[in-house]
This record gives sequence, C-alpha cells and structure tokens, in this order.
Amino acid sequence: MSTAAVKLSVAVNADSKTGTAWNYKNNAYFLLKMLFTVSGFIIAIGVNILFPQKAAVEIKQYVLSLLGVDISLTMNDAYIFLLVVLASIYAAAGVRSWGDKDRRKKYSKNAAFRFAVGAALALWDIGGTKLQFFAQPFFPGPAQVVEAYLSDGSYVLQNTLYSLRLYAAGFSCGVLLGVGTGILIGWFPKVYYWVFPVLKITGVVPAVAWMPFALTLLPNSFTAAVFLIVICAWFQIAFLTAQGIQSTPKQSYEAARILGSNSADLILHVAIPHAMPDIFTGITSANAMAFTTLVMSEMLGQPGGLGYYINQSKVWSAYYKVLAAIVIMAVLFSLINHIIGRIQKHTLRWQEGVVKK
Amino acid sequence: MSSSINIQNVDRTYTDTDGKAVQALKAVDLDIRAGEFISLIGPSGCGKTTLLRLIAGLDKPQSGSLSIDGRKIKGVDPERGYVFQQGSLFPWLDIEHNIAYGLRARGQLRQKKKSVSEYISMVGLEGFEKSYPHQISGGMAQRVAIARALINDPKALLLDEPMGALDSFTRADLQDKLLELWKEKGTTMILVTHDVDEAIYLSDRIVIMTPRPGKISRVIEVDLPRPRHRGGVEFLSLRREILELFELAQAQPQPEYTI
Repeated sequence: MSTAAVKLSVAVNADSKTGTAWNYKNNAYFLLKMLFTVSGFIIAIGVNILFPQKAAVEIKQYVLSLLGVDISLTMNDAYIFLLVVLASIYAAAGVRSWGDKDRRKKYSKNAAFRFAVGAALALWDIGGTKLQFFAQPFFPGPAQVVEAYLSDGSYVLQNTLYSLRLYAAGFSCGVLLGVGTGILIGWFPKVYYWVFPVLKITGVVPAVAWMPFALTLLPNSFTAAVFLIVICAWFQIAFLTAQGIQSTPKQSYEAARILGSNSADLILHVAIPHAMPDIFTGITSANAMAFTTLVMSEMLGQPGGLGYYINQSKVWSAYYKVLAAIVIMAVLFSLINHIIGRIQKHTLRWQEGVVKK
Repeated sequence: MSSSINIQNVDRTYTDTDGKAVQALKAVDLDIRAGEFISLIGPSGCGKTTLLRLIAGLDKPQSGSLSIDGRKIKGVDPERGYVFQQGSLFPWLDIEHNIAYGLRARGQLRQKKKSVSEYISMVGLEGFEKSYPHQISGGMAQRVAIARALINDPKALLLDEPMGALDSFTRADLQDKLLELWKEKGTTMILVTHDVDEAIYLSDRIVIMTPRPGKISRVIEVDLPRPRHRGGVEFLSLRREILELFELAQAQPQPEYTI
C-alpha cells in the first residue's frame, strides 16, 4: 500500500513538473476515452439504422405490453434499444469514474475492448442480417437473436426459470452433502476407510452417465436431473473438503485444546475454517461441472430448461433461438460465478490481507 | 493465581523415524514452586520441550507421575496455558478473536467480553484488533499468543521457546513484557529456551538439562535483584558458570547404547 502511495505521489509530482501529462489523469484525455468507449456502440446503432437491408429478411412487428401500454416494435428497434442501454451504462460508468484515479485508469484501459465489442456487433449485423454473407441459418445477426426474446419472450423466461430452479435445488443439495460427507471423511478415520475409496472411484465417472438409472428409478425427470447435479457437485466438494480437514496442522488442534476446545469445537472452529479455502476450490470447480450436467440433462430428458429450449429450437433450425439461449446462459452462469466469487472473497478475506475497518 | 507442579521420576521414550527408540527423558524429578519463574535450558534433544508437553498434558509419560497442586495431570487443561514457538495463531481469526478464542471455547465470552480489550492493551496491540495474523510481525504474533493464553487465567504458563524466532531487539522487548505480565498476574512461569542470557535475565531458577538420555543435570538459583542488568558482573559470572557446565557436559564421553 505504502509503496503504491509513494509511486502515486511521485507520478503526481512528475505531472506538476512537466505540466499536464497526456494520460488518464488528464480530463480531456479521459473524455476522449469515454467517447471512444461509447463510439463502438454508436457505430453499431448507425449501421443498423443506415445500412441498407439487402438480404431478404422479414422484419416483423411485435407488440409488447408493458404496464398496460402496448408498444409496437421490430427486432431492429429492440436491438437498438439494447445498444442504447449498453452505451448508456458505459457512459454512466465513465461519469462515475470521473473523480476516482483508480477507476479512471481501469476505465481507460478497457476502452479499446469495449469499442471493439460495439464494432464487432456492427460487423456481425452486416454479415448476419444486412447482407447475410455468413452461412445461414447458422449465423443470424444480433438483431435476429434479439428477435427470439421478442417472439418467445415469456417462453424463454419460463425455461430460464426452470433451469435456475434445477440448478438451485441440485447445487445447494450437492454443496450441503459434499461439505457434510467431506467433514465426516476428513475427521473420522473409519469413515475415511470405508467411504473414501468409493468416492474416489465413482467420483471420476461423469454424472450424466448415471442418467439412465436416474430417469427410470426416480419419480420424475426433475428429481432425476437434481440427482445428477447433486452427485456431480457432491463428489468433488466432498473430496476437497476431506483434504482440507485432513491437512489441518496438529499444532492448531493442540493450541485449541489447551485453550478449552472440545471435539465439536475443534471441528467447527479449527478444522472447518482451515478447510474453507479447499471447500471453495471444490465449490468453484463443481459449479462448472454442475452447469454442464444441468444443460446436458435438460437436453436429454427434461420438459423444460434452456438446454431443452436449445434442443427444441434446433429441430426447427431456429439457430437464432439457440444463440439467444446461449447468450442467456453466458450471462446467467457468469452471474452465478460472480456471486460465488464474492462469497468466497468475503469468507476468505483473512487470506488476502483485507482489513475491514 | 499460581500452582506448584511436582514431577516425579518421569521417563518418556519415543520412536524416531528410523523406528529406533529414543529416550527423551530419563528419571526426571523436579518441584516447581507456586508463582516462580523457572527456565528449562539445554541443547536440542535434551528433552526440554518433551518435559513441557508432559506438564501441559499434550503427552503422557511412560512411567513416573506429574501433578499440579497435588492433582495428577491427566490431559490438557486451560489452567495450564501454553505458548508455542511460532505459528500457533489461527490465521482465519483476527487478533481480537484469536485472543478471545479461549473465552469463546469455554462459553465465557459474554461475561468476560471486556477483558479481551484489556488483554489487547496489556500486550500493547491497540489498533491491531482487526488485523489478521499474517499482517503483523513475529514479535506481535507472540504477544498475541501470550495474551491468548493468559486470558484463560491459567495457574501456570508454559512457554516453548516463544522468543526463539525473534530478532534480539524484539526479544529483549518481549522479555520485559513477560516479566511485567508475570508480576501483574503472579502466574507460575515455565520457560523452555536455549538462550542462556534469556534464562538468567528472566528466571528465579534455571534447570540445566543434558541430552541422550534427556535428564536434569543441575538446578541453579538466580539470586539477582530485578531489573537485572545484562552486562552486570554477577550476571556475566553466572553466564560463564552455566556455559562452562555445558562445555563440561559436552566434553563427557557420549555413552554408546544399543537397543
């Protein structure tokens, strides 16, 4: 911290000597970076409005009912609306960063990439919708992907919620069972002896391999998919939890016992906190596998979910709907990862040297 | 509050990594008076840490007995606090919660919540309550370990080379802190060290131990008024006397033993 502060003050001094340096601390420079960031999306909007629609794409009118008001719009309108939202978010982020050196620096650094996103959307729009020189129907343009949300909106939402419900039920049970069995295996040598080899051997089998059994033996397909997600999370998390518990230094137990801890206290206040980093490693890697298991089991035998929606759209060659579902997955799964990351960072703050005042 | 500890004819053998039996302690007799500051000193392998672990109840002797205030020592007990050489703080707890650990574990946190901040200031760590162990220096960490042991109001405090890993300035500082705490609490202090100066500076009595097999070779009374002057004539002559004892002990032919 202090060295960073020294560096910073040195940099500020250098600025005052040489006048105003041309970097993110300069207001004009930063304003240009903001314009640069947003301009990609403005180009995308311009392309969508001004570029002539050469290829034969039917532009349908959709009617959305929002708060009792009916809005009539095309896929292009919705796409432009999304671009405006994105551009506004980045503009707002720029304004928010104005008075903060660190934020300014980060924002300036990201400008080129954000510009490229907008520019890529513009190119995709031309190649996918306006001229259609990408292979059709596999690579529709961005506006057509947005069209899937217009035509199928409530159905997509329904399937998204179905996926979320499956994931939440399966993964939370998997984490609870995994941490629970991991603690038992790590703490009791007898449990380790009997359970660990079973875990080690069955743990390497991909969860979806059990699907035929799950689908026939469990009362309905929802519980079958939950079961699959549970076992894929369970093994991974149990394995790492057990490892974390077992690697607790003997001295920590001795210190705790002398201070007055009984066995339950040793598990709760020494072994589990010590295993926490490993538990989170298990949760993070199990999470990635849970996404895979979720989508695969939806594709193979669920009456709903994003995987099911992809499968169904594929049958009709509606690849724009497939892409629409993939975009939702990307956003949703990133969000879930982000939430888990935040929980991890908070729980393991003692590792990072973050002192909360 | 302080306790007397009685050690009678204690033997302790352990098996080393090669499977050979090593006699760590042989026929050890020692009476530790209530409230005294006693040091166990000797080269590595003389069994001083083994003896300390037996007093703590972390290990059991093969034969002989250890008792505290006439009661046999059967296992660990918060009445005998222990400070490890280093790295015994819980890294996931901040300083405050490390110190409060014993109170929480024994269900006394609610009644004695105030004493946590008292002990933090007693060891001079105000302002570091929310720091984590890896963010503080080695000397500070040992002060936390001492406060964490003392908050349980032990009748005896066992210190296993608590200053062994510290630089000499920090060490001198911590030694004075330890004397100050001892005067304030009156706890019986049992210190394991390999530093002769430290033993003379702190102790009422110094127990000199020799290795293979670990046994007590002499007990020396340190009859110097406190605060002691490390460069004083009596200090230095006592120091020479002890060092000569060790050289003598080492000059003795090593008994060859077979098992």
